Amino acid sequence: MTTRRNVLPGFGISTGITLAYVSLLILIPLSAVFLSTAAGGWDHFRSAVTSPQVIASYKLTIGASIGGAAINAVFGLLVAWVLARYDFFGKRLVDAIVDLPFALPTAVAGLSLAAIYSDNGWFGRYLLPLGIKVAFTPTGILLALTFVGFPFVVRNVQPVLEDLDLEVEEAARSLGATRWQTFSRVILPTVLPALVTGSALALARALGEYGSVVFISANIPFKTQITSLLIITKLEEYDYTGATAIAAVMLLMSFVLLLAINLLQARSRRYQET
Amino acid sequence: MTTRRHRNAETASGKIIRWILITIALIFLALFLITPLVAVFAQALDKGWAGYWEAIREPDTLAAIRLTLIAAAFAVPLNTLFGIAAAWSITKFDFRGKNLLLTVLDLPFAVSPVISGLIFVLIFGAQGWFGPWLSEHDIQIIFAVPGIVLATIFVTVPFVARELIPHMQAQGREEEEAALVLGASGLQTFFRVTLPNVRWSLLAGVILCTARAMGEFGAVSVVSGHIRGETNTIPLQVEILYQGFNYVAAFAVASLLTFLGLATLIIKKFVEWKTLET
Amino acid sequence: MVLSLSCGLLFSADLKLLNVSYDPTRELYKEINAAFAKAWKAKTGDNVTINQSHDGSGKQARSVIVGLPADVVTLALAYDIDAIAQKSGQLPLNWQTLLPNNSAPYTSTVVFLVRKGNPKKIKDWNDLVRAGVSIVTPNPKTSGGARWNYLAAWGYALRQNANNETAAANFTKQFFKNVSVLDTGARGATTTFIQRGIGDVLVAWENEAWLSINEPGGKDKFEIVVPSVSILAEPPVAMVEKVAKKHGTATVAKAYLEYLYTPEAQDIAAKHYYRPRLKAVADKYARQFPAVPMMTIADFGGWQQAQKKHFDDQGIFDKIYQPGN
Repeated sequence: MTTRRNVLPGFGISTGITLAYVSLLILIPLSAVFLSTAAGGWDHFRSAVTSPQVIASYKLTIGASIGGAAINAVFGLLVAWVLARYDFFGKRLVDAIVDLPFALPTAVAGLSLAAIYSDNGWFGRYLLPLGIKVAFTPTGILLALTFVGFPFVVRNVQPVLEDLDLEVEEAARSLGATRWQTFSRVILPTVLPALVTGSALALARALGEYGSVVFISANIPFKTQITSLLIITKLEEYDYTGATAIAAVMLLMSFVLLLAINLLQARSRRYQET
Repeated sequence: MTTRRHRNAETASGKIIRWILITIALIFLALFLITPLVAVFAQALDKGWAGYWEAIREPDTLAAIRLTLIAAAFAVPLNTLFGIAAAWSITKFDFRGKNLLLTVLDLPFAVSPVISGLIFVLIFGAQGWFGPWLSEHDIQIIFAVPGIVLATIFVTVPFVARELIPHMQAQGREEEEAALVLGASGLQTFFRVTLPNVRWSLLAGVILCTARAMGEFGAVSVVSGHIRGETNTIPLQVEILYQGFNYVAAFAVASLLTFLGLATLIIKKFVEWKTLET
Repeated sequence: MVLSLSCGLLFSADLKLLNVSYDPTRELYKEINAAFAKAWKAKTGDNVTINQSHDGSGKQARSVIVGLPADVVTLALAYDIDAIAQKSGQLPLNWQTLLPNNSAPYTSTVVFLVRKGNPKKIKDWNDLVRAGVSIVTPNPKTSGGARWNYLAAWGYALRQNANNETAAANFTKQFFKNVSVLDTGARGATTTFIQRGIGDVLVAWENEAWLSINEPGGKDKFEIVVPSVSILAEPPVAMVEKVAKKHGTATVAKAYLEYLYTPEAQDIAAKHYYRPRLKAVADKYARQFPAVPMMTIADFGGWQQAQKKHFDDQGIFDKIYQPGN
C-alpha cells in the first residue's frame, strides 16, 4: 500500500472552513450540554443518569434501536438484493420509495403510523383479533424506529451489490458451489462491511429519534418511555443539569457508535483498495 | 460491468427464488412504507379538494409555509458550501483526526431533537451564555426567526457532505492530480474536474438537505415559542392543527411536506440514473 | 370637534400583546381576543392585536423563563406562574393577589368522559380502580393540567379513608396501574381517547370533556360522568410586568386581564365550558355546570408542598411506577 502525499491544493482553506463551521455549529453548541452537566456537580450527574427510570429508558431506547437496526439489516439486505439484481415492473418506483423515511418529517410519520396501527386503524383492526397490539406498545416503538432507519441499510448495501463482480460468482458456481454456498461464502463477506455500516447508521439514527416515537408510544414509565421523553420530564422539574446529564450520556453513546462506524468504513475501504 | 443478459440468465429454480424474494420485498415495502404515505393523503382529502385548499390557504398556515421557506433558504446554501469544503478536505487529503472530524460532522444525525433545541436555549436563552447581552441590546434570537433558522441549520449540517463524500471517495484523486500536473490551479481543478463529476451527488445532497430542513420538528419545537402566525413552521403547524381537532387540515398541511418528500425522491432517482449514464 | 376626532384617528396606536397560554384555551382566547380588541378600540381608539402561543403549561412557563417575550401568561396552575416569578423575577412574587379570585377569572373541574351508554358503568372514582377498566389521562410530570387530575384522585381517596395517606397512596397506585396510555399533554390524551379509541374513561378537565362532546359525532359516542367529589381547578392569569414595561404595553395588558372578569368575557368563557366567577353568568349557564363538592389546592397545602410531595423527583408519583410496587 503506497502512502499518499497531499499534493492537491486547497487543503488549508477547505479544512479551515470545515473545522471552523464544525466548531461553531456543532462542537461549541454541544459543549453547552457538557458544561451545563458539569455545573451540576458529579453527585447530581450520577443520581440523574443512574436513576432506575432513566436506566429503564436507556434499555428501551437502545433495545428498540438495536431491534430496528436488526430488522432493517434483514429486510434492507433483501430489498437491496432485489433492486440490485433483478428487473421487474415498477422497479424504478420501488427504488425511489426506499428513501421515503428520509424525506418524510418525523412527526408526520409518527402520526401516520399511529393512525394505521392503533386498534381502530387500517392494520390495527386486523391485528387486534389476533391479539397483536402495535400502537402504544413497545412493538409500536420498534416499528417507528425501524421505519426511520430503513434507507440506511439499503443505500449502503445496494452499491456494493451492484458493483459485485459476477465473474467471481460464476467461478464459484463452476467450481461446484451451491446457490447458498455462493451466497454465504462469496457474496455475504463482500457485502458484510456495508451491511454493518448501514445497520450501525440506522442504529445511531434510531437512538436520537423522538418525533415519530412519541406519537405511537404509551409513554408509561419503566415500560415505554424513551430517553428523550425523560429529558423533557427533567426540564419540567426545572432540573436543567439533570436533563443535560441524561443528554450528555446519550451524546457520548452516539459519538462512540458513529466513530466506530467511521473507523470501520475507513478500514474496509483500505482493504478493498489493496 | 454487469449486463442485463447476465442478470436474467438463471435456472428455473433460480427464477422461483427470484420471484419469492421480489414478492416478499414488495409486500414489506407496501405494508411498511407505502401505507403511511397513503394514509396521509387519504386523511388530507377526507373533506375533498375544497377542504384541502381551504386548509392550505388559512393565514396561519401560509405564515408557516413562509417561515419554513426562510429557514430552508438559510440552511441549505450554508450547508451546501460547508458540504463542498468538507468533502474536498476529507476525500482529497489524508490527515490525522480525519475520522474524528467525520464523526463530529455526523453527530447532528444522531442527536435527539430535544437536545438539538436545548443547546440553543442554553446558549441564547435569558439565563444562557449570551442571554444578558442579548436582552440588553433587545435582540431576540430564540423564540424568533433567527433561533428557528439556527436550529434548522444544525440538524441539516451533514446532509450535503454525506452525499458528496462517498462519491468523491469512489472517484479517487487521480483526475485532480492529473489536472494539477497539466498546470491547472486549485480552483480550476475544482470547477472543471471535480464539480462536473459530482454534480448529480451534489444535487441529490441539496435536495435531501432541503427536504429535511423543511420537515424538522423536534428541535424547532423547542426554540419556536409557538407564536401563532409568527414562529410556527409547517411541521409545527401540523401539530397545532392536529391538537386542535382539525385532523383533515393537519394532514392536508402534512401532505405538503409529503409532496416535497416525494418530489425529493423522484429527483434523486433521476439524479442517480443520470450518474449511471455518465 | 371633527378636527380632534380625526386627530384621534391619525394618532391611534397599534399595540401588540403576546398571550402565552396552555393547550386547551385555543378556542377560548380566539373569541376573547376579538371581543377585547373591539372593546378597546371603542374605548381608546387604539388597535390592539393579541398573538397567541399554546403549548403545555409547564413548557410555556419554562419558555417564558428563558426569554419568550410574553406580555401576559394564562396558564393551567399557579405553580407554573410562581416558577416564572421565582426563577426569572419577571413578575412579583405576590402576583396572585393582584387580581380577584386568586387571579383565576374562570375555573374548571375534573370529570370523566366515557363511551356512550357507559358500558363499564363508571360512576365515581372508585370505579376507576376496578379490574378491567382502562384509563386515559396525561402524565402529571409533563402536564400541568394532569396534576389537578392526580390531586383529585388523591383527595377522593383521602376522604374515603379518613385521611389515611397509605390508603390514598394505594388507591393512586391502583389508578395509574389502570392507565393504558400516559400522554405528555392534555390534548394528546383527549386525542388518544376519542381518535384512537383507546381506554374506557378519559379523566379530563370539564371544558375538555365538553369540547369532545361537541366535536362532530361526539354526542353519539361519548358522555360525561361527574364524580361525587372533584377539585376546583383554578387556571390563573398574570401580567409579565418586566416584559410589558419593556414593550410599553403595561396599560393595555392590565386592561386585558381585567377584561376577563367582565360579563362579556365571562359569558364567552362559559360558552367554552369554563365555570365563570360572576354569579349572574354562572346562573345563566347553571345547566351545563352541575354542582359538585370541590377540594381546592389549599387542601393539599398549596402548590409548593403538593409539587414537592407528589410530582418532584422521587415524589409519590415516581414511587408508584417503581418496579416491584
